[in-house]
Amino acid sequence: MSALMDKRLIVVTGKGGVGKTTVAAALGLLAARSGRRTVVAEVSEQERLSGLFGRRALGHSEGRLAENLHGVSIDPSRAKEEWLRYQLRSSALAGLLGGSRLFQYLTAAAPGVDELVTIGKVWDLAQLERRVGGTRPYDLAIVDAPSTGHGVALLRAPRTYAEIARVGPIARQAAQIDRFLSDGRYTGVVAVALPEEMPVNETIDLDGALRDELAMDIDAIVMNALLPDRFEERDAEVLARLDGQGPVAAALSEHHRARAQRAELERLRAALDAPLTTLPFLFEAELGREQVEFLSRRLEESL
Amino acid sequence: MIEDWLERKEVCVCAGAGGVGKTTASAAIALGMAARGRKVAVLTIDPARRLANALGLEELGNEEHRVDADVSGELWAMMLDPKRTFDEMVDLYAPDDATREAVLSNRIYQQLSSAVAGSQEYMAMEKLYELHQDGRYDLLVLDTPPTRNALDFIDAPERLAAFIDSRALSVFLGPTRLGLRVFGRGAGLAFSVMQRATGVDLLRDLSEFFRSFGGMTAGFRERAESVNALLRDHRSAFVLVTSPRRAAIDEARWFHRRLVEADIPFAGVVANRVHTAAADPNAVAALEPELGADLAAKVAAAAADEAALTERDRRNLDELRRRLGRRPLIEVPLLDDDVHDLDGLRRMDEYLFGEARPAR
Repeated sequence: MSALMDKRLIVVTGKGGVGKTTVAAALGLLAARSGRRTVVAEVSEQERLSGLFGRRALGHSEGRLAENLHGVSIDPSRAKEEWLRYQLRSSALAGLLGGSRLFQYLTAAAPGVDELVTIGKVWDLAQLERRVGGTRPYDLAIVDAPSTGHGVALLRAPRTYAEIARVGPIARQAAQIDRFLSDGRYTGVVAVALPEEMPVNETIDLDGALRDELAMDIDAIVMNALLPDRFEERDAEVLARLDGQGPVAAALSEHHRARAQRAELERLRAALDAPLTTLPFLFEAELGREQVEFLSRRLEESL
Repeated sequence: MIEDWLERKEVCVCAGAGGVGKTTASAAIALGMAARGRKVAVLTIDPARRLANALGLEELGNEEHRVDADVSGELWAMMLDPKRTFDEMVDLYAPDDATREAVLSNRIYQQLSSAVAGSQEYMAMEKLYELHQDGRYDLLVLDTPPTRNALDFIDAPERLAAFIDSRALSVFLGPTRLGLRVFGRGAGLAFSVMQRATGVDLLRDLSEFFRSFGGMTAGFRERAESVNALLRDHRSAFVLVTSPRRAAIDEARWFHRRLVEADIPFAGVVANRVHTAAADPNAVAALEPELGADLAAKVAAAAADEAALTERDRRNLDELRRRLGRRPLIEVPLLDDDVHDLDGLRRMDEYLFGEARPAR
C-alpha cells in the first residue's frame, strides 16, 4: 500500500459503471488520513466527487472535500486557457489567442486537444512546482480517469502529440508529461473492475494496452461490489429442492450471482499478476461520506 | 412496446452510460424486431465475447453477418472496426490515388485515426450512414461506443467536418490574407502567437496534413451534414439505456436533458437489470421449521438484501419517471445469468416487447 501511496500520481481507470469515482474517493480519503495533502481530479463533464462528500460542485477550481483532501473537476477549455497563459508567459497574449476564432476553431476541431490539455492539468497537479501560480503543491494527485479505452487514449495523448510534433514547445512538454506517466516511480495505475464477464475482459485488455502502448503496469486491481457468499453448496441444494418462491427464490438468485462473481474473480486473478483486493457490495441506496470512509478502511486493510 | 417506439423508424440508436448493458439491449432490440418480420442489422462496437460468438461475430470486421436466429425477418450483425472504416472513407473520397496514398501514409493521420479518442464515434456514425444509404435493411440498430461525454457521438460528424473543413485548410495552406480574413480582424496576429505557442514545426506538419486532405473536404462535409440530418429527423429513434443504480440514473437524467435540448428524436428509456424481490417476513419465518435456524437465518439475510435493492431500484426509477414526463420507460429485470446467447436475448425481449412485466 505505502508503495502506491508514495507515488505522485495515481490513475484510477476501468470499464464504465464499475465504481471508479467511489474507489478514487476512497483512495483519496485513505491518503489524506495518512497525512498526505491529496487532490482527486475528475475529468468527465458530470462532477460526482463533491456530491459524495456532501459538498457543492467544485468545477475547475481546486476545493476542499475533507481534511487534507481536495478535489477538482477539470474543464478542458479552462485547462487550455491555463496552458496558454503559461506557454505565452502573458495573460494579454493568452487572452488574444484564446479569444480568437481561429484558435477556437482549430483546437475544437482537432481531436485529442482536450485530452492533451486535460492530462497536462493532471500532470501539473502532481508536480511539486505548480504551473498555476499561487497554489500549494500536493503530496499526491489521484485522477478518476475515463473508462478503459478513453482512459488509455487520455494517457497516450502526450506520446501521440510528442510524436506528431517532434520538435518545438509542444513536443518538449508532451514528452515530459509522457515520461512522468510511464515512470513507475511517479505514476501508479489502479484498475477497478466488477466480477462480471465484460469488466474482467476489459481489465485484461487494459493491462495489455498499458504495457504495449505506454510501457505502464497496473499496480493494483480493486474488484468492486462483491456479493456476500453466504451459502454452502449443500445449502443451495436444499434450497433448490424447495418450491422456489419469495425469499427462497431471492436467496437462490443471490447465491447464483455470488457464485458467478467468484468464478470471474478467479479468472481475473489467474490472468493478471497485479495484486488484487476486493470491496464488498454496498446495499445502501445512496453512497455518501460514510460509505466512502468504510471503503477506504477496507482498502487500508487489504491493499 | 419497443415495437411502437420503432414503428416506421429506420435507425435506432441505443445510448447511455458505460456498463448498463447497451450492447445486450441493442442486440435484443434487433432480434425482437427481426422476429416481427423486419430485416434488421445491429452494429456493435465491443460485445462480450460470448455474445459476439452467439451473434456469429468471431472477429472485428466491417462486414455484416447473417445470424441464424430462426426469425420471420432477418437478423444481421456487424462488429465495427473504426480504423478500417476511416481508411475506407479516405478511399471513397480521395479524388485520385496520389491523394489517397498521401493521406493514408501521413503520420498525423495514422496517429489520429487510431489513437485519439473520438475516432470511434466518428466512425460508428459513418458506418451507420453508409448502411442506411445502401437501403438493404428495414432497420439499423446502433450500439454506441462508451463516450466520455455521452453525446460526443452525436456531435462527431460535425466535428469531423470542422476538423477537415476547407476554411481551416485555407489558413494552413499558407496564412494568406484571404484565408485569415474569414476569422476576422486579429487572426494574423493570432496565427503568429499560435506559432509561438505550438512551435513552427507542428504548424507546418499540420498544414501538410490538411493539404493532403485537400481534395476530400467537400465530400466529408456533405457526408457529415447528411448523417446529422438523418439522426435528427423522424426516421431515427434514440433509446436511452440505463441501470437502476443511482449513478446510472443521474447520468440518464442528464443525458435525457441533453437529448431534449439538442432536439434529438428521443423514444424512451430501457431500465436494465432491475431487482424484483419483494420483502416478506412471514414467508421467511415459515421456512424455519423446514430449513433449521441457521439456514433460515441466511435465507432471511439474503432476502432482506434483495428486498433492499428492489426498494432502491423502485425509488430510483420512480424518480426517473417523474423527470421523463410522458416518455415511456420499460423495465427489464435482472436475469439470473448474464445474457450471452440468443435465448438470453429472447428472454429480454419478453420484457422489451411488452409480453411480460417484472413481477413485484
